[in-house]
Amino acid sequence: MSLLEGVPRRGLWLLALLLALLAAFPVFASGYLLAVGFLILYFAFVGQAWNVMMGFAGQLSLGHSLYVGLGAYAAAALYVHFGISPWIGLGASIAVCALAGAAIGFLAFRFGVSGVYFAILTIAFAEFARIGFDHFAWVRGSSGLFLPVANYTENDLWNLRGSPVMFYYLMLALTAGAFVLCHALLRSRMGYYWLAIRESPEAAQALGVNVFRCKMVAVVISAAMTSLAGVMFAFYYNNLFPEQIFHVSRSIELILGPIIGGIGTLFGPIVGAFLLTGLAEGLRELMLQLGIDVPGVKQVFYGLCLLAVVVFLPDGVWPPIARRLRLVRKS
Amino acid sequence: MPVEIYLNVAASGLLTGLVYGLMALGLSVIFGVVRVVNFAHGEMMTLAMYLTLVLFSALKLDPLILMVPVAAVLFVLGYLLQRGLINPFINRPEHSQFMLLVAVALVLVNVQLIVFGPDAQGIRTSYSFDSFQLGALIVDASKVYAAGAALVVAGALFAFFRWTLLGKSIRACADNYHGALVVGLDVKRLYALTFGIGSACVGAAGAMLMAVTDVTPTIGPSYTLLAFVIVITGGLGSMPGALLGGLLIGLTEALGGVLFTPSAKSMFAFGLLVLVLLFRPQGILGRKAA
Repeated sequence: MSLLEGVPRRGLWLLALLLALLAAFPVFASGYLLAVGFLILYFAFVGQAWNVMMGFAGQLSLGHSLYVGLGAYAAAALYVHFGISPWIGLGASIAVCALAGAAIGFLAFRFGVSGVYFAILTIAFAEFARIGFDHFAWVRGSSGLFLPVANYTENDLWNLRGSPVMFYYLMLALTAGAFVLCHALLRSRMGYYWLAIRESPEAAQALGVNVFRCKMVAVVISAAMTSLAGVMFAFYYNNLFPEQIFHVSRSIELILGPIIGGIGTLFGPIVGAFLLTGLAEGLRELMLQLGIDVPGVKQVFYGLCLLAVVVFLPDGVWPPIARRLRLVRKS
Repeated sequence: MPVEIYLNVAASGLLTGLVYGLMALGLSVIFGVVRVVNFAHGEMMTLAMYLTLVLFSALKLDPLILMVPVAAVLFVLGYLLQRGLINPFINRPEHSQFMLLVAVALVLVNVQLIVFGPDAQGIRTSYSFDSFQLGALIVDASKVYAAGAALVVAGALFAFFRWTLLGKSIRACADNYHGALVVGLDVKRLYALTFGIGSACVGAAGAMLMAVTDVTPTIGPSYTLLAFVIVITGGLGSMPGALLGGLLIGLTEALGGVLFTPSAKSMFAFGLLVLVLLFRPQGILGRKAA
């Protein structure tokens, strides 16, 4: 099949091994470790979604918390108010986020807003939503939207009520799906257009690529993917606060993984999520053991990681590893 | 509500706006010359505010006098930051620079959180509760002093860039990087000086703002955003634009606060930013980007 064409054999074996390990993880792990596993997969997934925009099409978004939040609120509000299953609700989430992405993209790309200006525009929209949702009474404003919680004896997949193991496997499926989708996207005609635009919008335009349309497609796909992460977030954590979910620090948190892993690579977001979440939780555990309880240490650690990667490994952690594993041809 | 309330609120918004304008002026100067967007701007602002707080409790001096040492410390910090960390990134892609400063911001805000704790802290001067009355208009004395100081500092900065040799050579770097190199300017040093000057603006603004409002570490990112909103509205790289943007945003936030609810006030600033970005991306006083 064309999807596997040109993928080195050892790469496939390693991928299968990774998938098997992740699938077997809940057998060994429980409670806290499983929650960490979920978090890693969650960040791998949103990182992958963000990567479509930044890594492929070269559009820096610093407001992806907007799509997480909108997706989360759409599905959760439909469930809380009308008892609509999240599987139907996620249709609404995708629609809302795709629309929001399209609107922002349309406004920005039409008027040639790009680079840092575009990044700040995305923050502005996320902040706008944060404050707006604080005063949005239908979803309880700043006092937060809570999903009904009970002790579930069995998993209700249809209403996404159940054990962490169920959420873990759902997130794993989503992450795997996103990986395959991004792999396919990169090999599509659109994928090549994106890379051309990322490297030089002017040159791409001169070659007859419809730059505006391609950027729009990237924003819409990225936003729609991110909305799914929002749905998972809402039903996993069961509470939503505008102050938390739309906050800029959330947007920054979710882009750290792909940046540390390697922007524009398929494995970057996954490796980055593993490294960052793994190290951060390890640090937390260490602090707990040492009896130090100071807020902010995790973020300082994030900051220093980001600093080290940007300064010493501008392409991210993954590309050198990939070369070492001989997964890419030397260029 | 009577008209006087709106007038009072507008006046107070404009005065605070001038201090915001000075903060944004720092961002604008840095961007205009070094072409790096200082994403850690608001975090430097809160750092300056905490410095003022510490110095105030130690020396019991007026924040408007403390402005001088605070600005000096921030100048050194900015100089070193540019020299040590940012300079190698000058020719890197835009997003790479952005990430670097996001990392600096993350570290700064959380180190402040660890050192000073999450609670809001403020200082009280002898004139904290004084006010001036002008007809129906009643304005806080501390706001008037802070705005006056902001104007003085901004004026000094204009004069520096207009008439001193150093200011002229910095402007030369901004206008033509290669040209500046050719005529023998030490661009690296001038960039570091510019970053220092921009940071000193933030330092001065932080000390002034401390006389008017409280500080928490987590407010840093909001100040960064506010500074961005102001300079983009006024025109990134334009010095009068930054002050004008500060006035506009101060006014918008203040009026938004009374007309709707105070907690929704920054929504109006962001709304204004969106409008400006869409219809005049170079900002009100900005030059068309090349």
